[in-house]
Amino acid sequence: MEATAVKKYTYKDFVSDQEVRWCPGCDDYVILNSMQKALPEMGVEKENVVFVSGIGCSSRFPYYMNTYGVHSIHGRAPGIATGVKLANPDLSVWIITGDGDATAIGGNHFIHVLRRNINLNIVLFNNEIYGLTKGQFSPTSVVGQKTKSSPYGNTQPPFSPGELALGANARFYARIGGNNPKAMTQIFIEAHRFKGTSLIEVLQNCVIFNDGCFTDVTDKEVKDDKQIYLEHGKPMIFGKNAEKGLVLRGLKLEVVTIGENGITEKDILVHDAKEKDPTLHQMLIRLAYPIATGIVRAFDDVTLEEREDELTKKIKAGSKYKKTDDLFFSGETYEVK
Amino acid sequence: MSIESIKPAPKELEGVVIRFVGDSGDGMQLTGTQFTDTSAMFGNDVSTFPNYPAEIRAPQGSLYGVSGFQVHIGSVEVSTPGDSVDLLVAMNPAGLKTNLYALKKGHTVIVDKDAFTKKNLEKAFYETNPLEDGSLDGYHVIEVDMSTLTKEALKDVDGLDNKTITRSKNMFSLGMVYWMYHRSTEHTIDFFNKKFKSKPELIEANTKVLNAGYYYAETLELISNSYTISPAKMVPGTYRIIMGNTATAWGLLAASEKSGLELFLGSYPITPATDILHELVKHKHFGVKAFQAEDEIAGICSAIGASFAGDLAITTTSGPGLALKGEALGLAMMIELPLVVINVQRGGPSTGLPTKTEQSDLLQAMYGRNGESPVVVIAASTPADCFNYAYEAARLALEHMTPVILLTDGYIANGSAPWKIQSVADMPEIKNRKVTKFTENWHPYKRDAKTLAREWAVPGTSGFEHRVGGLEKDSVTGNVSYVPENHETMTHTRAEKIRLVQNNIPNLKVEFAQQGDLLVVGWGGTYGTLHSAVKQITEEEGFNNIGFVHFNYINPMPKNTEEIFAKFKKIIVCELNSGQFAFILKANFGKFDFQQINKVQGLPFSNDELIQKFKQLL
Ligand SMILES: Cc1ncc(C[n+]2csc(CCOP(=O)(O)OP(=O)(O)O)c2C)c(N)n1
Ligand code: SF4
Ligand SMILES: [Mg+2]
Repeated sequence: MEATAVKKYTYKDFVSDQEVRWCPGCDDYVILNSMQKALPEMGVEKENVVFVSGIGCSSRFPYYMNTYGVHSIHGRAPGIATGVKLANPDLSVWIITGDGDATAIGGNHFIHVLRRNINLNIVLFNNEIYGLTKGQFSPTSVVGQKTKSSPYGNTQPPFSPGELALGANARFYARIGGNNPKAMTQIFIEAHRFKGTSLIEVLQNCVIFNDGCFTDVTDKEVKDDKQIYLEHGKPMIFGKNAEKGLVLRGLKLEVVTIGENGITEKDILVHDAKEKDPTLHQMLIRLAYPIATGIVRAFDDVTLEEREDELTKKIKAGSKYKKTDDLFFSGETYEVK
Repeated sequence: MSIESIKPAPKELEGVVIRFVGDSGDGMQLTGTQFTDTSAMFGNDVSTFPNYPAEIRAPQGSLYGVSGFQVHIGSVEVSTPGDSVDLLVAMNPAGLKTNLYALKKGHTVIVDKDAFTKKNLEKAFYETNPLEDGSLDGYHVIEVDMSTLTKEALKDVDGLDNKTITRSKNMFSLGMVYWMYHRSTEHTIDFFNKKFKSKPELIEANTKVLNAGYYYAETLELISNSYTISPAKMVPGTYRIIMGNTATAWGLLAASEKSGLELFLGSYPITPATDILHELVKHKHFGVKAFQAEDEIAGICSAIGASFAGDLAITTTSGPGLALKGEALGLAMMIELPLVVINVQRGGPSTGLPTKTEQSDLLQAMYGRNGESPVVVIAASTPADCFNYAYEAARLALEHMTPVILLTDGYIANGSAPWKIQSVADMPEIKNRKVTKFTENWHPYKRDAKTLAREWAVPGTSGFEHRVGGLEKDSVTGNVSYVPENHETMTHTRAEKIRLVQNNIPNLKVEFAQQGDLLVVGWGGTYGTLHSAVKQITEEEGFNNIGFVHFNYINPMPKNTEEIFAKFKKIIVCELNSGQFAFILKANFGKFDFQQINKVQGLPFSNDELIQKFKQLL
């Protein structure tokens, strides 16, 4: 359906007439721009794009996109998006959510939408804080974090959205820094192309309530040394001079330096995002140094719509019921004269 | 091989209520359904109510493992499954113990004597055998060695295991009841032939036992004569027996076909609403998309999404589920999308009485959301008219771009009755408000002048790209707005939009006296009990000053409501809660004095209690 017949768009076509109201310097702007740049590259008609969000700073996103959109209720975007997609599988459906929206109030919907593998995309703005309600800790806030609702430090240990997602059988997971629009744009395009539920976790800086929470890994200065940008089929190499790599020692990933202790590029693991077994993907997600970014997992699988569609076609073809009359007047009926 | 033998002249009856009870494994539902279908095909009006145990596999012989099926058949209009019972068929002591209260004094109880073993008596907490200790004095008891006779009837049939033999004894009792009420066994034998097509030994066995029961009753000296109930006067046409929940599901199928929209159901299982989901999932051949979600919230949210994308969207639930759906329902109201929410009410609060009936979710349906969030509320009143009101819910949702809550209840949802089959061709038109061609100055909240309904621009339609959301929006552009006056305007507009639905619903009709001393007011699933009570008072006791009006449209109410109230000296509002509809009526029609009859026992009204109370007011 895509490609040829589609109109040529520029990013401006996706900018709505609404004034953007995030705090100046918020990474949400970067995500918005990256999306507006990615969409023209996707080869999809504007009227076939739907953004569905929950509640939070991040969830204001649909108002700024000149496409169809629903700004719904807190945590429930996956349900709404599922209905949109099942009603019309031709649409390109995007869920916009925050760490609180997706993993606290909407945790149940989050795991189930991933499990079902509907062909839609989820962008999770993880700022490790509740932004809109002015700074309470979230399920991704770290222990000890001082917030409005944890003035003496957070005592609730966090979980990681990526690990949670893979536990819920996510087929596609990517992670990217909120200050990296170029890679983000590319990941959005890849997520759109991927058939199945795609989850993109953006490490999003909230300048007001949790400023700098990712700087130690996302800052321009340290980024190349602290992050490994994964690409399918390529060796897991990182570092400013591409001197470091990952190897598997026992049940652990280990950082090695190429050229030291007889390590050559050949010893470095090659990233296989398409592997069905998520073990290595989980290990990459858990890694504290370096932080894994890029597309960690992209396992191709049957989607819910495909299963539904196949079943419906089969049943339709074999059924004697074409109209409701055929059903209503079938079986045990009787005449009253 | 059906039976046409010589019978004593049968006694003519206007109606009879029969209850079949036994252990969950005794096949009482099947027995009852067969008797119902046969009677309906004979031309009787029928009304039934099943009573299953709440436990899935209750221990055999236990009191709480009793399964029952009540059927009321009549040569005159039958509008309820009946209160007290004319014939009780009890397949074990537990069944007798838990159901004897319902049997009219002096009437007949048939028991399987073989089941009254020491063990079964103990399980039913009988200290002595009720068949021997005189506790059934005052009833006409027919003791039958049913298990023995069933074995005997099957001794020549090969290939049957013991379990199959024991399980077919319900057909023995059915055969007896067929003979007593002068019914042919033909329909049931046809049923065996179809059901056990590939198992001829089962056809033979069941037919043999059915006939054995029939002949046994005929030759039994205990039964002095049989009864007959002539065909009822019913509107000519093609009928079928339908359960309320099935009728609801089919009403939605009809609305989908008529409107040309695909049907989407987002739901989460909950008693007693689950059968609607069970029914709709079967109909993939009509393109029905039935989605079992992870919870009620996801259920309604998926329906909202499907509605946004242009489907006829439904969510089904019962009270606790409606509570969970509240916030999302408010969103659907706010973004003004068509949505049908079906609440099959059960006993509340909290988990309450899941398998019992009640009308106690009315105020939840009306007001159970944050902010001022009016939606259309309608209620079905009989198993068969669940079809019409499900259809109507869809029609109003689509024509007025609003959520519509349809209230049914456990009583009508599980009950069944004859339904004069309605073809979609004969159903009222359903218009929807989908846009097609873009014109300048289009706004998502542009409204129809007469109905205030907005237009439905669904994704995939070029030019109409727009955003909706739960935040308050400008009354003209639909953009987010926090302007105080605008919020008030929008609040009033949303209320007025629902009020205007009045122009699209029928007026109330009063039955029996058109004016007079007492107006009986009901709503929803109590129609049958209220109607038959007023009918009895009018026709049998000669009162001509009592009228009856029943509400199916609750928000908004029909235009002529006040006019009708004004024609009666006293008004009595009858409902299965502590007075929720009365509360609404008092708030809206303050100049009238509303008296109340309320019952909150998880049970329907009984005829006697109603008649007694009406008489006190006359
Ligand atoms: C039912 C409900 N409960 C609570 C809220 C208040 N609330 C709005 S946004 C939010 C947290 C948002 O945090 P997150 O999802 O991380 O989004 P962010 O603002 O950080 O982008 C909360 C608690 C609400 N809107 N609805
Ligand atoms: S509060 Fe934080 S997340 Fe919200 S807009 Fe401001 S900077 Fe962004
Ligand atoms: Mg957040």
